[in-house]
Amino acid sequence: MAQQIIFYILALAIAVFSILAVTSKRVIRSATYLLFVLLATAGLFLLLNYHYLFAVQVTVYAGGIMVLFIMSIFLTHKPGDQFITRMSWKVRSSAFLAVAGLVLCGYIIVKNVTRVYSYINGNELQMQDLGTTMMGTEKYQYLLPFEVISVLLLACIIGAILIARKEKSPMNPPQGDMD
Amino acid sequence: MGELLINTSGAPVPMLPYLLVSLIMFFAGIYGFFTRKNLILILVSIELILNAVDINFAVFNRYLFPGQSEGLFFALFVIAIAACETAVAIAIIINVYRKFGNAEVDNIQEMKE
Repeated sequence: MAQQIIFYILALAIAVFSILAVTSKRVIRSATYLLFVLLATAGLFLLLNYHYLFAVQVTVYAGGIMVLFIMSIFLTHKPGDQFITRMSWKVRSSAFLAVAGLVLCGYIIVKNVTRVYSYINGNELQMQDLGTTMMGTEKYQYLLPFEVISVLLLACIIGAILIARKEKSPMNPPQGDMD
Repeated sequence: MGELLINTSGAPVPMLPYLLVSLIMFFAGIYGFFTRKNLILILVSIELILNAVDINFAVFNRYLFPGQSEGLFFALFVIAIAACETAVAIAIIINVYRKFGNAEVDNIQEMKE
């Protein structure tokens, strides 16, 4: 019963804050609502008994990516900036598209989810199994994607530095009051 | 804290509410992706979409294949790739801001030269 109450609180928070994150008028509020959505998602992982995924979600998403977002908002927006929204017919048509997709997919899910499934309670994944699965080279083990991800991270660090670096000879001097 | 939550609970939540929550999150992301003009807000919408996919991976793994852990690892890799993508995209956004003074989508067309 407690689990269900916690789940419905988290689900309500996710639904409300994800809609607020895409309709809010200020950028920094939108990013804050995204942070709430990410933390509530971490709570859902905890309810599903995936403790490692919970830790990764909190540290990488709610920690790392949100810091990146907030710093980039500080760098590219003046405080109190309100931004232009699209024309209203575009807003209306994309809202219609989103609601139509929601109804269609929701219908399909509700229609089909009553097929057989099982929830095995208390079956927590051991940290040791997780480590051997991540570091093994056999079938259903993930050493190669793990290493490829590390190379991808390195490439992204170098690429981000290369792209965001200040140019030596400024053709267009930077505008605004960023330093 | 996790053990405490699990142990005090009775019957677990069925699968359907999880899927509906991630569905709402996914289509909120799609709506934001179509309507936003600011580059950072488009990135926020993409994060919402990826997060909904993560929930679905974890839920399908827990409910349909509880003996295996493929969904968990796919969710982990999705999170790592989302981090990479966000870093590069934010570098590009800062560069766009330096060139044009704001971070709106309409400026991107002028960058190819």
